[in-house]
Amino acid sequence: MITIFGVPSAALFGQLLLGLINGSFYAILSLGLAVIFGLLNIINFTHGALYMMGAFVAWMLLNYLGIGYWWALLLAPLAVGFVGMLIERNYIAPLSFTNQRQSFVLIGASALGFLLLFYGLRIGPTAAFAGAAAIGVAAASVYAWKRPSQTSTVHVDHLYGLLLTFGLALIIQGLFRNEYGVSGLPYSIPSQLSGGQQIRIFDAPIMFMPNYRGWVIVASLVVCMATWFIIEKTKLGAYLRAATENPTLVGAFGVNVPLMITLTYGFGVALAAFAGVLAAPIYSVNPNMGADLIIVVFAVVVIGGMGSILGSIITGFALGLVEGLTKVFYPEASSTVIFVIMVLVLLVKPAGLFGRAS
Amino acid sequence: MAEAALRAPRAGAAAAPLLAVNNLEAWYGESHVLHGITFDVAPGEVVTLLGRNGAGKTTTLRSIIGIMGKRTGSVTFDGAETIRMPSRSIARLGVGYVPEERGIFASLSVYENLTLPPIVKPGGLSVDQIYELFPNLRERSGSQGTKLSGGEQQMLAIGRILRTGAKLLLLDEPTEGLAPVIVQQIGRTIERLKGEGFTIILVEQNFRFAQTVANRHYVVEQGKVVDMIPNEVLDQNIDKLHRYLGV
Repeated sequence: MITIFGVPSAALFGQLLLGLINGSFYAILSLGLAVIFGLLNIINFTHGALYMMGAFVAWMLLNYLGIGYWWALLLAPLAVGFVGMLIERNYIAPLSFTNQRQSFVLIGASALGFLLLFYGLRIGPTAAFAGAAAIGVAAASVYAWKRPSQTSTVHVDHLYGLLLTFGLALIIQGLFRNEYGVSGLPYSIPSQLSGGQQIRIFDAPIMFMPNYRGWVIVASLVVCMATWFIIEKTKLGAYLRAATENPTLVGAFGVNVPLMITLTYGFGVALAAFAGVLAAPIYSVNPNMGADLIIVVFAVVVIGGMGSILGSIITGFALGLVEGLTKVFYPEASSTVIFVIMVLVLLVKPAGLFGRAS
Repeated sequence: MAEAALRAPRAGAAAAPLLAVNNLEAWYGESHVLHGITFDVAPGEVVTLLGRNGAGKTTTLRSIIGIMGKRTGSVTFDGAETIRMPSRSIARLGVGYVPEERGIFASLSVYENLTLPPIVKPGGLSVDQIYELFPNLRERSGSQGTKLSGGEQQMLAIGRILRTGAKLLLLDEPTEGLAPVIVQQIGRTIERLKGEGFTIILVEQNFRFAQTVANRHYVVEQGKVVDMIPNEVLDQNIDKLHRYLGV
């Protein structure tokens, strides 16, 4: 058996691989948070819940409709992205409206919907709540289409967005917990990616690499790089970067900035859902899976620098590796190392490693 | 002063105003800044808004492009009432806006800045024509937008709205803080744009500069247009203007 620094190679590389897998999820999730933070200026606490929702949509597609992993990889992000766009239009955008008429329609229709579904049609509480939310959003969307609200030019503190999305995250998690419990649901690895490879150097076995884990790393790298490319190198990305700096002026050039914000939020949470589908066969599908992960991801975002695209990708993978190495050499610190780094970075460079101080 | 005196001189039937502002009022939050601005601009004209700091010149431009929180009154552009439109719709009618702070994007290259505003009408300048107008921009097209000098940033801010096909250009203090040689270059550019049929509203502190390019001058005081001076008679009215501007 080969040992490195007194550690068996299989254990070292095994932990590095695990670190890279965790890093993949950190990177995709913090990337979505960075994109959303840049344009909407809110810290999106629903991100973990929507990552979990992505995994659940994949599970539901398989168990209710018989649709497998590969389609889920496409459909779950689309479905969750659509939910995200509704959240942005009906809950987040009204925070900066000049009047709250649309919100009153939302609240009123949701309340009436719940009374109708729960007491009228005797539907179960979870389904009635979800149905009522859908009715409220539908009514508010129709109202917003008939009478669009004006966005105030007065800046809204991002604390409100944080609190709002935090509340929504708890509601979404609670709904899934009510319906599916917390013991976790199995989701199997697609047959094309089962099995694994023995990786050897000079005929010496170094480690065993399950195919699915290799796929997760490759897929997340590709998605992260594609997102980076779109934002930094295309015309669409130029609009996004410009609107991040000065949305009023971009609007004064004739660009529909509110629509761009909605689509960006949808894209950011679709990334989270994509990560959720990737995670489903590795971790069990569990209503708490997002809440556990998102705290670490927020630390990653803080270390990388709020709103920095490349920073969030690099920091995500790097911190996954750091965490893996810590598990080998100093396992006692493995669950706190990221937070120790966060504190150190904040002390030395408060805007984050890749962030611009404003 | 009679309302009629603030109107453009109508030379025959042709000169329906491209922009007509009537009794425009605007607010920053609770503070009431414009108290009934009335003026108009004929197609192909260059007019300036002169006035002291805080008189409401910049706010007038911001209200025309629609980025004030609250505004009332009437602003018609090319026959369309725009007072209830969001700024993106006003821009799409063919209004180009150059803000006082120039609004060059730091995260975009010069070329990306130049091509950012979408084309709203046919007939705008091509990127090559803009580079011909401002050769400095061609040399620096790969640089970060905010790495340019102040003068170059101003050229970029003007250049990028020439691409869009906008017919009415709103220029907010384009000469502020620039070296005399750059001011001259901007002056020549405005002359040339005027020659090509652009309609321009220029906010200026420097009426010596304004005199070289404008057809008419509106004097803004405490959120109102208080006087209109045709450029031909500016020299006769210089004492009056000094009183208005407090210089």
